[in-house]
Amino acid sequence: MKISHDRRRNLQGYAFIAPWLIGFVLLAAGPMLASLLLSFTSWTMLSPPSWVGLDNYTAMIQDDPLFYEGLYNTAYYVLFSVPLGLALALGLAMLLNLKLKGIKLFRTIFFLPSVTNVVAVSVLWLWLFNPDFGLLNTFLGWFGIEGPLWLQSEAWSKPALIIMSLWGIGGTMIIFLAALQGIPPELYEAAELDGASSTRKFFHITIPMISPAIFFNLIVGVIGSFQVFTQAFVMTGAGHPGSEGGPNNSTLFFVLYLYKKAFQDFKMGYASSLAWVLFLVVLVFTLVQWRYSRRWVYYEAGER
Amino acid sequence: MRQREREAMDNRGTFSAIFLQSTWKYLVLYGVMICLSGVFLFPFLWMVSTSLHDLPGVFAHPYRWVPDILNWENYVRAVTLLPFHTFLFNTLVITASVMVATFFSCSLVAYGFSRLNFRGRNTLFSLCLATMMLPAQVTMIPLYILYSKIGWIDTFWPLIVPAFFGSPFYIFLLRQFFLTIPRELDEAALIDGASRLRIYWSIILPLSRPAMATVMIFTFIGTWNDFVNPLIYINSTENATLTLGLNLLKSQIVGTGMTEWNTLMAGSLLVMIPNIVIFFLAQSQFIKGISVGAMKG
Repeated sequence: MKISHDRRRNLQGYAFIAPWLIGFVLLAAGPMLASLLLSFTSWTMLSPPSWVGLDNYTAMIQDDPLFYEGLYNTAYYVLFSVPLGLALALGLAMLLNLKLKGIKLFRTIFFLPSVTNVVAVSVLWLWLFNPDFGLLNTFLGWFGIEGPLWLQSEAWSKPALIIMSLWGIGGTMIIFLAALQGIPPELYEAAELDGASSTRKFFHITIPMISPAIFFNLIVGVIGSFQVFTQAFVMTGAGHPGSEGGPNNSTLFFVLYLYKKAFQDFKMGYASSLAWVLFLVVLVFTLVQWRYSRRWVYYEAGER
Repeated sequence: MRQREREAMDNRGTFSAIFLQSTWKYLVLYGVMICLSGVFLFPFLWMVSTSLHDLPGVFAHPYRWVPDILNWENYVRAVTLLPFHTFLFNTLVITASVMVATFFSCSLVAYGFSRLNFRGRNTLFSLCLATMMLPAQVTMIPLYILYSKIGWIDTFWPLIVPAFFGSPFYIFLLRQFFLTIPRELDEAALIDGASRLRIYWSIILPLSRPAMATVMIFTFIGTWNDFVNPLIYINSTENATLTLGLNLLKSQIVGTGMTEWNTLMAGSLLVMIPNIVIFFLAQSQFIKGISVGAMKG
């Protein structure tokens, strides 16, 4: 009786989670394994895949300059867009946390760009970055500064995309704002009685209290930035398929390179090995951040 | 007496000092806020302005923010250069299907994870959370091959069918919400002989409207704006979505002599409008969903 009751209960549970369970096998675990196997093959989808062992990986490391180009561009993007985005989002959240009249309107304005369509935003910024007629260089011109060529310049194309990413930090900002609103005001009151300065309060109360939110935004930001793709795909190449990632490969991010290998050259084996390199890099970064988080992320007792 | 008077004077002095200081503070803060708002809003305003210029007006030096004649025909041109009515229809079909599928799959799975005890539940739930971290690129190529083997390339199926299997983030969000609903309600219904499915349908779902609304809004925005999946799976213009269509329009216009930025801005603005409307209608749901997702993660 007992066993059959347990079994019935288990079956009922599995029945409810069945959609996810089936999806997990068919759409996540299975393809993941397949992609690992594919990464050891050479396959253009025309003839059957042939096993090449580690050839894809050695070719990548030994004679593929674009692989390194993609890694460098992505590292550059992550290194600037994540810290700048976190700092700006926290600054905005702190402003929004002040008890000012009309604060909701400001919140809406700062949040709006991040919920719009990424292709529409990319097209808009393509126009904003136009060297001759764009709003950005027109604005710089008022101060007598001759703006750079932005997306048409090898040196400025990545900074341009980073600037654009800062426009869309609304989600990060909202998470910081929620964390700031969760800090008990008594902490600040006690600190004020002790005569603590604003800087001291910021570093000794605000930062530790919102450290879980900083950690979350950092992890999500790094994972997301490693996968930067759409902006570069839409904004570079001037509408000629195959020429995305320019000028001179300066916006050829890792995922863009992977996409071009897979869906323009149809080198499925090689693209799979690129995907696994990306996966491992992201995994290592996440695990390292997780490990070091214990030193600086503060969870109130009982929260975990 | 005299001492008290002096105290009163002192207090008045400090009061006005604080008042003055805070007025200045307020002015500076508002100044900063307005400048920042300008940074965030000007791109949008410029977009509207460009979309209403004729082509010489777009490239005029100095640029005029408000054109003499409002060229509304740019909007007509933007949606007729390519079959945008087809894109709209396709996007509506895909988005509606994904929303219905997500509604049922995610809530059923979340109910299972939050209310039923079965062997391996916690392990499976951790696994579900872990898949959120999995970069899509790892599964992208095998999935493409799978869909091409079964003849689904250039159809809506690869964009719709995965929604029937739930999405980890929404499952997580709903589970967290279901956990806040008192278990006594389930137990009372069980004693009355209600089935689990009935409890899910008549008790849990009606009590979870706010959470379901958040999930539906996120799903709408996510599907409506999706670019990468349609880019990979859709090849033909007649099956394109709005987002993909906008990119096609861009490819057609950019790089052909005098770029018609006015048409492009009109098209981009039209594609953005549903987002902006939903955002204004449901801003609090957005904020709740994002904050809950982050805090409990």
